[in-house]
Parts: sequence; structure tokens; C-alpha cells
Amino acid sequence: MSRRMNRNMNQRRPASLRRRLVVQLIALSAVLALILYVAVRLGAERASEATLDGILGAATIAIAEELRSVEGGAELELSPGTFSMLAAMGEERIFHRLDLGGHAVTGYADLPLPTATPTALTAVFYNAPYRDAELRLAAVGRSLMIDNRPTPVLVIVAQTREGQRAIAQQLANRAAALGLAVFLIAVPLSLLAAGTLLRPIARLAEAVSRRGGHDLRPVHHRAPAELQPLVEQLNAFIARLRTTLTQTETFIAEAAHHIRTPLATLRSEAEIALRQAQDEPTRVQLRSMIRATEESARSANQLLDHATVLFRAEQQAQDKVDLGVMTAALVDRFGPTADLKDMQLALSLPSERLETKGDAVLIEAALRNLLDNALKYSPADSTVDISLIRDGINARLSVQDQGRGLGGETLADLSQRFRRGVNVGQVVGSGLGLTIVAETMAAVQGRFELTDREDGGTCATLWFPLSV
Amino acid sequence: MRFLLIEDNADLARSVCARLSLEGHAADHAVSLADADDHLAAATYDLILLDITLPDGDGRSFLARHRAAQSDTPVIVLTARSAISDRVDTLDLGADDYLTKPFDFAELEARCRAVLRRRGNTLSPQQRYADLIFDPMGANVSVSGETRELRNRELRLLEILLSAPGRILSKDQLCDRLFSYSEPVSDNAIEVYIARLRRKLAGSEARIETVRGLGYRLTGG
Repeated sequence: MSRRMNRNMNQRRPASLRRRLVVQLIALSAVLALILYVAVRLGAERASEATLDGILGAATIAIAEELRSVEGGAELELSPGTFSMLAAMGEERIFHRLDLGGHAVTGYADLPLPTATPTALTAVFYNAPYRDAELRLAAVGRSLMIDNRPTPVLVIVAQTREGQRAIAQQLANRAAALGLAVFLIAVPLSLLAAGTLLRPIARLAEAVSRRGGHDLRPVHHRAPAELQPLVEQLNAFIARLRTTLTQTETFIAEAAHHIRTPLATLRSEAEIALRQAQDEPTRVQLRSMIRATEESARSANQLLDHATVLFRAEQQAQDKVDLGVMTAALVDRFGPTADLKDMQLALSLPSERLETKGDAVLIEAALRNLLDNALKYSPADSTVDISLIRDGINARLSVQDQGRGLGGETLADLSQRFRRGVNVGQVVGSGLGLTIVAETMAAVQGRFELTDREDGGTCATLWFPLSV
Repeated sequence: MRFLLIEDNADLARSVCARLSLEGHAADHAVSLADADDHLAAATYDLILLDITLPDGDGRSFLARHRAAQSDTPVIVLTARSAISDRVDTLDLGADDYLTKPFDFAELEARCRAVLRRRGNTLSPQQRYADLIFDPMGANVSVSGETRELRNRELRLLEILLSAPGRILSKDQLCDRLFSYSEPVSDNAIEVYIARLRRKLAGSEARIETVRGLGYRLTGG
């Protein structure tokens, strides 16, 4: 289930905030550029049309006003002002039509009429097709007393708008260029803005990932207000995890204490009883009691050590460990134990300092288990050779005994939990020692090998990466 | 030797003290750090056996105080804690050695001896028997002026025999005290060490007699 989910997550790339932000900002700039273009274009067209309409309307009104009634008709005498207004219309073609009492009397009699008849002296504007052109027309109506009869007069002046359209096109092109320019400037600005906006997130992510999964100190990174809840939650989570881990550690220590103390009493009492017992059956019973105590003590030891190793391997401490110093101290400590079996511990150390990085407690546990095994499975009067030497970029530590060897089994078999060798005989053990060594070496990115020696005995070799 | 055992578990303390006196040592028991201070003010000890978890404080604080006071009585920590780091800690704080409970008495003795030897302590008196001068701390025996080194098992075997001269000790009794309960012991193992010890004692009036069917005894001619 979880594996499938993982695969799905791997297949789909996670959504990128940056990409989303950039896409949205660019789309927004495109819309803004388009609106700008339309607004500029419409505005320019309206403005030019209003100007042209003003002139056209004024000219039409002027003509209508300059109509005077004469006997049996009307007379038009264009003033110089009206002429100049018509001249200002530039290169457009101009048409006119004058209706008296509903009949066209002069001009182009087929110029289209406005839909509503204008009455007062205000111009009515409209568009209409005429011959091969599209015309803009202004119509002004008034009443003229002709032969003492009010007669309706209609003045229509029309012009083509080709020049104006050309100008409008030019303006539109400029508006388009302006829109495009705005858009082009917006693209890098969007990228820049996205970068600036996302930089605190990127920094926070980098700060968190640089610490690695094993650093349980709270995150003290300055984050923007929006990310503050996330950082707070992360810190709360870290604090909770740390508490749990500490509780585990305390529990292991407590459990050990409560198991070991009564066992120690039991063992001591049994030893005293054995010293004082005279009859053989009791002595046999007491001996097996002591053995059982020893066995349960060892199992408890190793189980708790194993729990500690698992727990610590998870945390991946990075202590500097001087392997020579640590090995010498351990060998020294095992001296009296070896002495009890008249065994020799022969230690060979390099003159140089060999240092590795890792959890000192774990590395010590691994070495201790190897030495413990070597002493346990070797006959009295034998020698255990311990040597530390540089091996390329690694330090190689080997523990060689003259014991019973591996009995045909491999490290893979023997490092399984609770798996003991086929040839352990009566030696008390828990089957966790080599598991602890193997797990430690995995945690410190080292290597562990276990081989039979040619002339009998076992050779356990550890490789630790040297720290630079 | 005189021991001070600082241990809050009454059962364990009583048992360890009994065991120590069985080996011919004197042992006082302190139930707390305060009690230990009283004992130390009143008497001198060859060795202190210190538990780490105590009712009125951590044994480690005692160690630190003990070292600060420049007291040179060696301390062996008896820890029941598992945290492997605890073991390292206590040595850093000036413990001479540590043992994890439950412990093998033979190992405790071996460690006590090693600690005292390392300290150059010659408190332990030499034992004389017939023309033998036995120096357990120096791990040697002199036979009419000639000093011979003893290996650990030879030494312990001689110690056992010297603790009850003239008495017959069975093979089993000797085995129980010479070999660890967790190691396989062959039937003739004890004979090997008896033979070795006899070679070391060659020329002495003291002899190890074989009492057929019963065991061995030390006689002084």
C-alpha cells in the first residue's frame, strides 16, 4: 500500500509554487496588456470621432443657420467661417443635401435620411453606406418661413472617414505595440517577483534539509509570517519526538536496572550456596541455577544493548572516535577477564592516529562484543590478536582468536537475531552479539567480515571509514 | 582486604557482603551516599564498590566528589544500567573500573586485584606456608628464596588451597572456583592446573597431595 503510494508520488512531479506563480503572473500581464490595448484603441477612436463629429455638426448647423428665406424659396450664402470648417475636414470627401418641405432641392438627393427627423438646431449623427463608401452624416432640421408658411428645412452634410480610419489604425498599432511592450516587461518582472517571493521558502527548505533527518534541535530559521505556523509545528513535532526518544532511553535504562539487580542477588546467593553445599545433587542444581542466571543476565544485557544500538543508530551521532585510544582502553578493560582464563590479549596499534566519525557508544559496543566473543569461544591459555591498521581510506580493525571457528556458518547466518552458531557447545550466549556488531557497522557506514582462520579460530574484521 | 559496598538494594548488599567475607575479606555496607560519607569518615577502605542508582543521589556525583577530595581509595562501579554510555561515563569520572550486574565473583576479585596492582597498592599481605611466601598481588610465589611467577589460574588455585591447608578439597569444589560457570570444563581440566602448580612449587616442602577418589589437599611436609 505504502509502496504503491510512493510510486505514485514519484511518478507525478510535485506542483511547483514557482511555476504556478510565474504562469499566473504572466497570464495576468497578458490580460492587462490586452485590456490596455483595447482601452487605448477604443479611447483613441472615440476621441477622434468626437472631434470630427464636432466639426461636422458645427458645419451642418452653420449651413442650416445661414439659410434665409427669400421670395418663393430659400437662399444660402456660406460665410467664410463655414468654409474654413468644411476645409478643416481634410482629405475626406464631402457630400451634402438640402431638403425644403420634404423635397430635396440641392446636393445629392439620394443621400440617406436620418431615421428620426431632427427638429431643433442640433445635429443628429448617423452612419450609412453610400455608393462605394461608408459615410458619417450629420442632419440638422429647422423651420423657415417661406411665403408666410412655416416650411421644414433639412440640412445633411456627410463625409467619408477613410483618413480617420487610417489614423485610428495607426493608433491601434501603437496601442498593440504598447500592450506587447508591457507584456514583455512583465515576464522578467514576474520571474523576478516569483524568485523574491519564494526565496524565504527556498531558504527555509534548504536550512531544514541541510540539518538532515537526525538533528533533533529546534529550527531557529527566520521565516516569513505565513511560514511561521509551519516552523512552529515542525518544532513542536521535533520536541515531541525528542521526548519520546528520551523516554525510550530512560525506559531501557530503568528496565535494565530492574532486571539486573535481582539477578545479581540471585547469582550471588547461588554462588554462596554452592560454596557451602556438600552433597553433589544440590551442587549440580546450584550450578545449573547459576548458569541460568548467567544466561538470562546475558540475554537481558544483549537485548537492552540491542535496543540501545537500534535507538542510537537511528540518531546517527557524529562523534570523532580515536579508534586506537578506544581499542586500547577496551583491551585494557578485558585484561582481567582474559586473565581468568590465562588468555593473552595481543594488541597491535599503528603509530598514526586513526579517527572515524560515528556514535562512540555504538562503536564501543561493537568492539566489546567482538572481544567478548573472542574470549568466550577460545580455549584457556590461547591468545587473541587485536590489530588496528590503516587500509586505504579505511581503518581496519581485526580480532583474531584461536577458538572453535565458525563451524561452517557465515556472517549472514550468524548476524541474524538470536541465531547462535552450531558449534557453541556449552558457552552461554544470547545470539545478539554479532547482530549488534553488524547493525553498528551499518550505522557507521563501515564493513564487517567474519572468516575462519587457516590454522583454526575466527577472524573478525571491521573497516571504519577514516574521517578527513 | 576491607571493602565498602555502597548499594541500596538490601538483599543484594547482604549477599555480596556475605560472599566477600566468605573469601576472607571484611565488608561494610552503606545504604546511601550520606551513609557512605559517614563510613568513609570513620574508617579506611582498600576498595569501594559503588552502585550508580542510589536513593539520595547518583553514584556518579559521589565519584566526582570522591575524586575532588583527592581520596585515593579505588572505586569499582557496579552498574545495573544498560546505557552503554554509562559505562564510559563512570570511567571518565574517575572510577577505576566497572562491572555490570549480575557479576561473576571471580571476575570481581580479578578486577579488584588488577585495580590495586595498577595503583601500586601493596596493602595485601604476603602469605606464608611452610617455606612458601605467596604474594597474590605480585602474582608470584617464592620457594626458599626463589621467586616464581604464577599465572592467574595457578594463583587462584594456590589461594584456594592456602585458604584451607590440610583440608581435602574435591575436584568439583576447585572447578567451581577456578572456572566460569558459563564455560565448558573437561573432566581432567583441574588436573592440568594441579600439575602446573606442582611444577611451580617444585622443591618446596609444601606439596599438593592427591587423595584418591576425594580430591586434593595442601600439606606442608
